[in-house]
Amino acid sequence: MIHVSLGIALVLIVIAMGLATYRLFKGPDPADRVLALDTMSINGIALLIALGIWFETSINFEAALLIAVLGFITTVALSKYLIRGDIVE
Amino acid sequence: MNAIELLAAVVLLPFLAAPLAAWSARFNRYAAAWVAGGVTLLALAIFSWLVVLHIGQMPVATSHAWIEAAGLSFGFRLDGLSLLFTGLILVIGLLIVIYARYYLSPNDSMGRFFAYMMMFMGAMLGVVLSENMINLVIFWELTSLASFLLISYWQHRKEARYGARLALAITGAGGLALLGGVLILGHIVGSYELTDVLASGDLIKNHELYAPALILILLGVFTKSAQFPFHFWLPNAMAAPTPVSAYLHSATMVKAGIFLLARFFPALAGTELWVIIVSTAGLITFLLGAYTALFRHDLKGLLAYSTISHLGLITLLFGFGTPLAAVAGIFHIINHATFKASLFMVAGIVDHETGTRDMRRLGGLVKYMPHTAALGMIAAMAMAGVPLFNGFLSKEMFFTESVRVAGDIGPVWLLPILVSLGGLLSVAYSLRFVHDTFFGKPDGDLPKKPHEPPGMMKRPVDLLVVLCLAVGILPALVVGPLLHIAVTGVLQAEPPYYSLSLWHGFNLPLLMSAIALIGGLLLYLNRAPIFRWHARSLAHLDARTVYNRLMELLMRTGAGVTGGLDNGRLSRIVVLTLVFSLIAGLVGYVQTVGLPGVQAALDRGTVEDSGDWVTWLGMLLIIIATLVTVIGHRQRLFALITMSVVGLGVAMIFARFSAPDLAMTQLSVEVVTMILLLLALFYLPQQSRRLSSPSRRWRDAGIATVIGGGIAALTYAIISRPFETISGYFLEHSVPGGGGTNVVNVILVDFRGYDTFGEITVLALAALGIFAMLHNLSLPSSRRDPFGRAWSDDPHPLMLRTFAQIILPLTLLFGIYVFLRGHNEPGGGFIAGLIVASALVAQYMAFGIENTERKLHLPIHGVIGAGILIALGTGLVAMVVGVPFLTSNTWHFTLSLLGEIHLASAIGFDLGVFLVVVGSTMLILLNLGRLTDHAIEHPDYASIEASPADSATRGGRDA
Repeated sequence: MIHVSLGIALVLIVIAMGLATYRLFKGPDPADRVLALDTMSINGIALLIALGIWFETSINFEAALLIAVLGFITTVALSKYLIRGDIVE
Repeated sequence: MNAIELLAAVVLLPFLAAPLAAWSARFNRYAAAWVAGGVTLLALAIFSWLVVLHIGQMPVATSHAWIEAAGLSFGFRLDGLSLLFTGLILVIGLLIVIYARYYLSPNDSMGRFFAYMMMFMGAMLGVVLSENMINLVIFWELTSLASFLLISYWQHRKEARYGARLALAITGAGGLALLGGVLILGHIVGSYELTDVLASGDLIKNHELYAPALILILLGVFTKSAQFPFHFWLPNAMAAPTPVSAYLHSATMVKAGIFLLARFFPALAGTELWVIIVSTAGLITFLLGAYTALFRHDLKGLLAYSTISHLGLITLLFGFGTPLAAVAGIFHIINHATFKASLFMVAGIVDHETGTRDMRRLGGLVKYMPHTAALGMIAAMAMAGVPLFNGFLSKEMFFTESVRVAGDIGPVWLLPILVSLGGLLSVAYSLRFVHDTFFGKPDGDLPKKPHEPPGMMKRPVDLLVVLCLAVGILPALVVGPLLHIAVTGVLQAEPPYYSLSLWHGFNLPLLMSAIALIGGLLLYLNRAPIFRWHARSLAHLDARTVYNRLMELLMRTGAGVTGGLDNGRLSRIVVLTLVFSLIAGLVGYVQTVGLPGVQAALDRGTVEDSGDWVTWLGMLLIIIATLVTVIGHRQRLFALITMSVVGLGVAMIFARFSAPDLAMTQLSVEVVTMILLLLALFYLPQQSRRLSSPSRRWRDAGIATVIGGGIAALTYAIISRPFETISGYFLEHSVPGGGGTNVVNVILVDFRGYDTFGEITVLALAALGIFAMLHNLSLPSSRRDPFGRAWSDDPHPLMLRTFAQIILPLTLLFGIYVFLRGHNEPGGGFIAGLIVASALVAQYMAFGIENTERKLHLPIHGVIGAGILIALGTGLVAMVVGVPFLTSNTWHFTLSLLGEIHLASAIGFDLGVFLVVVGSTMLILLNLGRLTDHAIEHPDYASIEASPADSATRGGRDA
């Protein structure tokens, strides 16, 4: 049962990732791309966790946690760049 | 401990005294001289005691293993030859210290002078006392370096810097040749210990590698001892202070070459090749030096060429290759050291008291400084070889030997005539030295009114001059025993019979002496026409011109080769590197397995885990993102974002194939890279110009495809077949050896801890280098974004500040968690460092640099330093308890509440890594952030869309 729902989840995550990729390449605004990158990293977290459940391992949990914590900082840096140019002032 | 072990102390004491002298001069400039003199006395005392203990049993040697695989040992040897030279170095060194104390003016740094001089003394003692030949070469190179520092002591003078460079280039190159020769010699004998080498003379001389070994060693000898054609560095070295000239460039260092001739005399001398090379170089140097000395107007120039000439004389004697000639050579080393050091010091006194060394201006000084004049005259008579002075005795022996071997070298009359001519010239220049300085009429335009120098400045000369006389009058009594011991040391056998008396009856050598004396006098009296002729026809010849031309050619060739490979554009360098590695790889591969083998290698493989559809889609994403990055790279921000996608994808692949440490490292590096590039991009154009023509782009695409395909094929070939990896070893030893279950971290902090230590040091240095470059630099910034819109006027939005505050403790906690678990689970100091640094930089982004610094008080430089020190300390603790550097230890204990604790000492090392990473990352990022100067508007930044000129690559030509 869990594998069926995991399969569905994986398909959906991959589709989400594909859509984020499309938005990232298409734009048109830099802000769209930044948002797409942020979405992609969140999809990445989901993918890592889902795969972890699939392979019955917790070894990638910290990697997912790392994306959760630091992905925020990347997004902040990019956004700050868009509104101010100078990110550390 | 055997007493002979103290020989090492004799060599090392001056090295210890060098920093002490420099340091003590801070308190009192004369303290440096006291330190130098005291240490020299101490070394002399220890050495004398050793000599007394071992006088009957020389040679004695002591040796400690150092790098055994390279044949290197830390060994010293005491025999007659090293005794003689050590005595010369220490005694003359002591006299020079006293002299220099009065010679240096108040503007000169005493500490620096005596520190260099002690370094030189230690190095020179090392050369003459070494038992191991490689050890000897190391000290040999140290003398070249010390000589460089001493010649350039007056750094503000151009000729001092030039002379120092010249001396270093020539003697340094010779040292390199010597190393080669010594390695060959060690290869022939099978040992680098002198005891073995000196006992294998026949083996060496009959070996097929004898000639290259001999020539290389002689190159070292000739460069160091200023033999033709390498003599020209010595006159230029006279830019050094006079005590240096007296000590290094007449009494000791230039004799190092001669010392080597004597040292290897039993092992190398006596063959036809030896006689031809050594005696030819010696004879030419002897004559050329004597001739040139006569025409120098500078006192020190005259003495420099005279030194070259006398070194040539000694070389010639060793070139004869007979034991008796070696006796004469050793005797002349002693005599030359005494009279030439005195003459240099006299020249220094004259210079010191009159302000000039030009013999055309000097004259009549005997009235003002009779004592100094007397010293100068006695020493000059010794140099000229006048009877009753020591120079006469060794010169007589030299003439005798020349007559004896004359039949073997050229026609029987040639050698005696040539050496008499050399003797005649040296009488003439000795006369000139005395007469032009102390007699004749002074022109009266001397820069200073001359008078006698301070008494202590003359005492060293007094002593040496008395020695000249004592040896000259009572040779057998004064110098006989020393000479006997030294010659035994050179020959490694009982010396042949020789007579040390003044009178040998009427014979040919006496006639030659008489001719030289009378001829020299006549030559000097009739010097005016000869000087005119010399000035007209020969004065412009200078070996330096040849050297300068050669150097220029070398530089031009070097610049040409470099310019051909590197035209300042990255694409040229990348293309060359890639194409070269492609060719090298292909040639290697085809040569080993052939083209069919390549095909077979690709066919045969099987991949066990070929991945699932999610993985394949992930890889597809990476490839697409890479392609998009390449295509869109001219829109820089866009390329940055797509590159970030590649990074994310790679991290996911790492995670998928069970490399969580790599995944975490990749993810945290991605964040820091993004911040770094955004910081830099702010100052750069947002778009880059198209720089390559279409055809060039196609060519580059072709090269890139071939290289990428090759790497992919290689990787596929490796992963698709079974092979024994090294991971088994690490998995097995990780817990017992490193006390941790996370093999990646255990490798980093334990198995390869030394490597990691080097890397964090490099990281710290890089960060400090960047800090130094960016410090106080400000760059103009734009007031508009790339679309021409004004920036937001809120630098620190409320939402950002609020979130940053919430997330900081969580991120720090996560960082500490990753750090603490690192030794056993994925994580560790490096990743934790990046996480914490990113979290802190986020605070700077949200609140601004000034504001955050007020709150944080983080001494970033201190963090880096503490990291290095903690890592080093962890390693040193291991050494203190007696195990090799960085060996880790583990402890298990139980604490209430926390349960069982497992602690490895490597966590201390990891803490060091952590701190260095945090400090370096923040230092780099924050200093890039500080560059902005909002007061200056970038002149053409706003119009960047209209004219996308790229100042960074402007002017660069296509690859």
